[in-house]
Amino acid sequence: MKRMPTSFIVMSLLVMLFLYLPVVILIALSFNASTMGVAWKGFTFQWYEKLAMDQAILEATVNSVVIALASTGLALILGVGTAIGLETRQGVQRPWVNMVLVLPLVIPEILLGVALLMVFVLCQVHLGFGTIIIGHMVFNLPLTIVIIRARLRKLDPAWEDAARDLGATSWAVLTHITLPLLRPAIWGAGLLGFTVSLDDFVVTFFVAGPGSTTLPLKVFSMIKTGMTPEINALSAVMVVVSMVCVGLSWFVQQRSTPASSESSY
Amino acid sequence: MLINRLATSSAFPVKLSLVSASLFLGLFFFLPLVLVFGVSLASRGMYGGITWIATWENYQRVLDPLVGVIFFRSLLFAGLTTVVCAVVAFPLAYCLARASRPWQLILLTLVMIPFWTNFLVRTYAWVLILRADGILNTLLIRLGFLEEPLPLLFTDVSVFVGLVYGYLPFMVLPLVVAIERISPQLEDAAFDLYASMGAMFRHVLLPLSTPGFLAGGVLVFIPSLGAFITPYLLGGGQKMMLGTLIQQEFLVARDWPFGSALSFGLMGTVLLLWFLLGRTSVGKDPS
Repeated sequence: MKRMPTSFIVMSLLVMLFLYLPVVILIALSFNASTMGVAWKGFTFQWYEKLAMDQAILEATVNSVVIALASTGLALILGVGTAIGLETRQGVQRPWVNMVLVLPLVIPEILLGVALLMVFVLCQVHLGFGTIIIGHMVFNLPLTIVIIRARLRKLDPAWEDAARDLGATSWAVLTHITLPLLRPAIWGAGLLGFTVSLDDFVVTFFVAGPGSTTLPLKVFSMIKTGMTPEINALSAVMVVVSMVCVGLSWFVQQRSTPASSESSY
Repeated sequence: MLINRLATSSAFPVKLSLVSASLFLGLFFFLPLVLVFGVSLASRGMYGGITWIATWENYQRVLDPLVGVIFFRSLLFAGLTTVVCAVVAFPLAYCLARASRPWQLILLTLVMIPFWTNFLVRTYAWVLILRADGILNTLLIRLGFLEEPLPLLFTDVSVFVGLVYGYLPFMVLPLVVAIERISPQLEDAAFDLYASMGAMFRHVLLPLSTPGFLAGGVLVFIPSLGAFITPYLLGGGQKMMLGTLIQQEFLVARDWPFGSALSFGLMGTVLLLWFLLGRTSVGKDPS
């Protein structure tokens, strides 16, 4: 690129370093044999072995995965149809629809947490898997809708028109044309939603009950009770898993975007 | 073009999901927020429950100096975080926006990944770096810069670093979008008119990036103001912020009405900013 100021490139590199160095340090420390402090005492897998043996952590892992799958699945079921509906009805093509839809994603999570907690307690709903899944859907559903809508905007409506001209019913257009064309976005949204749910701490913290501990809750309580090397190992696993999922989600969406994405630039 | 897609929209499952999604968000997002306001006007019961007697008392307590200090601290921290994020993110956003296609994709992915990655764990990484026997202190002592470890964790600085680290990507992405919309020819024109690099930035690039700064600013300011994990893990008990105070009122003191009043104060600020952003051109752009 012409005339990119050197100072800008240096600054950019520093910012990237700032974003990634803590994660790298965390992963490196998870292989440190030292039980106390950060001084390097040799390479070990023992913290990971300890993790794999820990019944409570295995349980939390299962809980997290079940909750993430349920909230993402339900969000997809509702979100795909909603996105299609929103992209077609002229009446809702208003800027405020976007503002309202994105609101659950920008509002500080703690507000969502306390608000849901009060609703559940006042309605005497038992706190547990159900309430966590609902809590995660509150941000997973708008997330899905936003991603699917973005994809819909890039699709050529001629595909659907052609199918209809050839006598397809609205149901046939949906299942044979629109949904297959949306498949990459559905995968992308699903992977991202799964990660966000798996990683969520604040909302879960408020609406979880006894017996529904998720991995982030487990990490948090481990940090509170004292620093042990197992936390580093667990954190390293979580950070790598979510980075891979997010990267995958991004990749699925990018790769399958045909020439239309180029032209939108 | 929109009308053409009516073919699909009239399918029954589309209608059904549109209705159920609206119902879901109404029931579990908007209604709970309204409830927060309702409870903020109620009184605290004898054993921590809610007594439905209307009162302004909770809001009067928000104005109490002890609470005011925390409110003010949170505003100050969120503001500072926003400014620092803007300054730090701009060069990166510029490089990203003007990079050639493959580089742009790689760099964008690299910025986006932490954006969606486990916030709790990323914040915890800073505990490892900043605590008394953490990486930074150990390194400084080994290199002979320090005799005794510095108290870095549980300070204003550690909270501030954590906030910038956590929310920086929120600033980068809107800035990239804004800078991409500025034609590089405008930069060339400025240089042709003998502008120095600095003058070009001041008079062309920065003013035209305003939408990006506004959107990024709101996206950084809002979560910083209500942050909970960062002040909890990096600030400890002393360096309270709004998020930790709300959590304490709800889960420790069990004073829901007062906690709701605090939450509504936070929510009011958020909604006001969100509404103001919506009135600018930024909010009108769906992406």
